[in-house]
Amino acid sequence: MSIEMMIELKNVHKGFGPKKVLQGIDLAVPKGESLVIIGGSGTGKSVTLKCVLGILQPDQGEILVGGEDVTKFSTGARKRILSKFGMLFQGAALFDSLPVWENVAFGLIQGKGMNKKDAHEIAIEKLRRVGLGADVGNLSPAELSGGMQKRVGLARAIATEPEIIFFDEPTTGLDPIMADVINDLIVECVKDLGATTMTITHDMASARKIADRIAMLYHGKIIWEGTKEEIDQSGNAHVDQFIHGRAQGPIEMELLKL
Amino acid sequence: MRNPLAIIGQVVLASLAEIGSLSRFAGTAISHIVRPPIYWRLILKQMWLIGYNSLPVVGLTALFTGAALAQQIYVGGSRFNAASVVPGVVVIAIVRELGPVLGGLMVAGRVSSAMAAELGTMRVTEQIDALVTLSTDPFKYLIAPRLIAAVITLPLLVLVANIIGVLGGYMIGTGRLGLNEGTYLQVTVDFLERADVISSLVKAAVFGFFIALMGSYHGYHSRGGAQGVGKATTNAVVSAFIAILLANLIITVIVFGGTGA
Repeated sequence: MSIEMMIELKNVHKGFGPKKVLQGIDLAVPKGESLVIIGGSGTGKSVTLKCVLGILQPDQGEILVGGEDVTKFSTGARKRILSKFGMLFQGAALFDSLPVWENVAFGLIQGKGMNKKDAHEIAIEKLRRVGLGADVGNLSPAELSGGMQKRVGLARAIATEPEIIFFDEPTTGLDPIMADVINDLIVECVKDLGATTMTITHDMASARKIADRIAMLYHGKIIWEGTKEEIDQSGNAHVDQFIHGRAQGPIEMELLKL
Repeated sequence: MRNPLAIIGQVVLASLAEIGSLSRFAGTAISHIVRPPIYWRLILKQMWLIGYNSLPVVGLTALFTGAALAQQIYVGGSRFNAASVVPGVVVIAIVRELGPVLGGLMVAGRVSSAMAAELGTMRVTEQIDALVTLSTDPFKYLIAPRLIAAVITLPLLVLVANIIGVLGGYMIGTGRLGLNEGTYLQVTVDFLERADVISSLVKAAVFGFFIALMGSYHGYHSRGGAQGVGKATTNAVVSAFIAILLANLIITVIVFGGTGA
């Protein structure tokens, strides 16, 4: 293989009790590329990300990050690999016991042991990067609107300048304009850092904007993968139904069975 | 109708699984207490939340209990012309049992629930996952400081509770029941032994451990939104109560294990 793969999933299975969520995921993300995973609610998109992060342990399969199998890691090695990651959570997941700037600086202070003064400076700089003033730094996360929380979450995700960034439904719950602002910020920040990214979303506008490649997850498997230009001619009935948001189609049949 | 034996079996298995999971959680937490880094600032913050903020409720509990105890013992003792045992019985009962147990229960009601609610909310809003992605171990950052703070703070609280409890007895004994003030304090000091105080503080430290453990465990494992957090909070308080009462019995039997034979 000539291209260096940053993240590779090989035949990953994960179940919770009798429920099989992931049933053999195969994915590969080359260094510096942006992969967007689309799929309906409950198809295992979040579980996939959490397996790569090591928050969940897959039942079977290999997950390679920078060529190392993270499923076999000890706690120490996991911490080392986690320092390569940044993540923007669906609900932003800001620590509400800390002011905004300490949220942004958290990975620098706790993860990298930077002193508070330097970390504060970087935090303010990252906040500015996502379009927030220094005064916002002293507010508590609860005082911010949803869109501002997402921006702070993005600032926190990029603060340690990670090689890999995950975005969990970055535009969910935002108005279309704010969603586009976040999409633009994601594209810019990722370009600045040259990071490899994985995004999960069911917002097609967001997927088309962020993605280099798109993969569709359905019933715990990747049923289609291609560039964002190819998705309109995928020839896959499931993908067509999803990207056009139709109630009728092969996916509906499955929903009715539940 | 299901087989009753099967139901019993399921309940036993579920309880054993829960105890196993709790023990593993406690083991992991303890292993993080003894390994650096230790977050001193977070420990101090938790000590403040657990200790200082619990003082009023623990103090009032001790004061009223000590006073009621003195009244009861006076009434009971007078039947045998033994009203003079009031100071001795009050101090023994407060220091050995009521100070640590009632203090522990009151703190559990305040603190286990608050911990479970806070950690539970952090869990369902993915803040605990966010910690992991920021290279910070949730056990080290969230749970170890709570356990350390509770184990240090509870003995201090119980010490205060013991003093206030005795004071409550003194106030009723000298103010209402007409016992001599000097004699009351003298008898109190004479009756109290070092072992009483030590066992009281050891109990408090153990109770502190269970208060923080139950709050953290149920909060950390909560799931399913607001309802899940509510359930975690209830379970934290109930299990902390049971753990405190059971641990109290075990320590009492070990320390004061005489059978009178």
